[in-house]
Amino acid sequence: MRVVSVRVQNGQDPALASGYADAPARVGFFTDTSICIGCKACEVACKEWNHVPEDGLVLTGMSYDNTQRLDANSWRHVAFIEQPKRLARELTAGTVDADGGLRWLMSSDVCKHCTHAACLDVCPTGALFRTQFGSVVVQADICNGCGYCVPACPYGVIDQRRGDGRAWKCTLCYDRTKDGLTTACAAACPTESIQYGPLDELRERAAKRLETVKADGFAGARLYGESPDDGVGGQGSIFLLLDEPEVYGLPPDPVVTTRDLPSMWRRVGVAGVALAAAVGAAFVGTRR
Amino acid sequence: MSGRRGRSSAPEVVPPAEFTSYYGRPVLHEPTWKALDIAGYLFLGGLAGGSSLVAAGAQLTGRRRLTRVAKVGSTVAAGLSLVALVHDLGRPERFLHMLRMVKPTSPMSVGSWVLAVYAPTSAVATALDLAGRLPVLGALATGGTAALAPALASYTAALVGDTAVPAWHDGHREMPFVFVSSAGASAAGWALLFAPSSEAEPARRLGIVAAVAELASSRVMEQRMGMVGDAFGTGRAKRWRTASTALLAVGTLGALAAGRRRRPLARAAGAALLAGSACTRFAVFEAGRESARDPRYTVVPQRRRLDAQTSRPVSGVMPARTW
Repeated sequence: MRVVSVRVQNGQDPALASGYADAPARVGFFTDTSICIGCKACEVACKEWNHVPEDGLVLTGMSYDNTQRLDANSWRHVAFIEQPKRLARELTAGTVDADGGLRWLMSSDVCKHCTHAACLDVCPTGALFRTQFGSVVVQADICNGCGYCVPACPYGVIDQRRGDGRAWKCTLCYDRTKDGLTTACAAACPTESIQYGPLDELRERAAKRLETVKADGFAGARLYGESPDDGVGGQGSIFLLLDEPEVYGLPPDPVVTTRDLPSMWRRVGVAGVALAAAVGAAFVGTRR
Repeated sequence: MSGRRGRSSAPEVVPPAEFTSYYGRPVLHEPTWKALDIAGYLFLGGLAGGSSLVAAGAQLTGRRRLTRVAKVGSTVAAGLSLVALVHDLGRPERFLHMLRMVKPTSPMSVGSWVLAVYAPTSAVATALDLAGRLPVLGALATGGTAALAPALASYTAALVGDTAVPAWHDGHREMPFVFVSSAGASAAGWALLFAPSSEAEPARRLGIVAAVAELASSRVMEQRMGMVGDAFGTGRAKRWRTASTALLAVGTLGALAAGRRRRPLARAAGAALLAGSACTRFAVFEAGRESARDPRYTVVPQRRRLDAQTSRPVSGVMPARTW
């Protein structure tokens, strides 16, 4: 039994902060949704490689999205959003009105492998750990199914598997990463919408791509999770989105819950002392 | 990009229609915890902690029957809370994984250690009291449980606060006070229910103070949460909250009216305080679930925070939906 307390500072490499003496470059994803074609090859490749169980075949009516969300049995999820909007090229040509038409957004969502990972912070057993690559992984033999990570995640990624009780999520293909391979989803992506590699490089690539897409007339294009100064210290999986994050089911300004934990502990301490004082006063002030 | 969110000039008013989501789906995962196990655990931890403090006070002031009632209460509650925790894990041996490490960033880790030390100590204190044996060791165990009791009664506020669930996290400033007053009210309720009136006067006083504090701190918490506080007025949370308010009010008035002598009324007041405290925990639990289930509680506060930072120009255009 040992005491474990890791705090990653903003801008710090999470693997180094977690105690790896000589960590390789942090790796992650850049998901460029502007070239996602909604083929779901990433979902299939992930399930195949990681032996993720089947979780029901239902038709939802949510465009082509029958996966519905990330959870214990879906580690990649392709969102489909149909909007009554024109495409950027039609608009820049100036020949049509902005309204009407159909714009079909597709985006492959995945675990964000946060710099400040709430799931990892709150895990009481140490089942969730930081790898040398900076990713966040659950050890299935250590997880005791307490479920604390599930409501801690500000993105609704990690989830408990029914009938098993343990928590599961994307591992950033830890087994493949260790062998220098690209992740299953990125390898399967036919358009390179999903790119895997050193995070610094991906951030540069994302910034350049954003300029191109904006120049093409997609005024709503933006990067999501790329800033090391955001509420989770920057995501390990960054995205280029064509609309606001909440359109894709992503939280617009997520904050790691443990940021407020020191203040919570202080207040818990004050409240505990207040309780003891109240009970003491009830006895002190009372005659027999 | 055209703005999609028309906003009124008063920034504190955010009508439910003015937000975007993905097919109305939740952003967060709802906690997978079972209500009876975990809301029950929150209640039992409070009852145990509060009762240990009452037991210590009673022992120090020579109230022997109140001491015994409170000690039995603390041990029964601690035992049941362990049962609830283990039941929620699914398999008993999984609890041992909690003891692999001490992790201050995880309130559940801290709480598991507190409970792992508290529960056996409390059992020793109670067993020795019932057996009338080894008074020095019994006093030491009683002192030990009383030392751990404030932590046991309050840490669960950090446990629920340290999540992304809006109605839990956004209440993190007031939740510790709601939880300890609820702990005090339940322990006082237990003592009023089972202790003789000749010794129950401290419990009666504690019950009145704690129940009033519980009612007041709950209201302050909901107010300060802003729109997220709406989750307490929705669905199951609303019913638990209504029951909690009524029971705590009845319990307080009953305890006031009972005075030192009217034993049946004091007992009824004790039962109401005990039940009211439990209802408070279930209301908090269900409000959290509701706030995780409805994407409004996640998206709207974050969007407002973001817009305030970037001072984006307000647009009057407001389409119904984006899909």
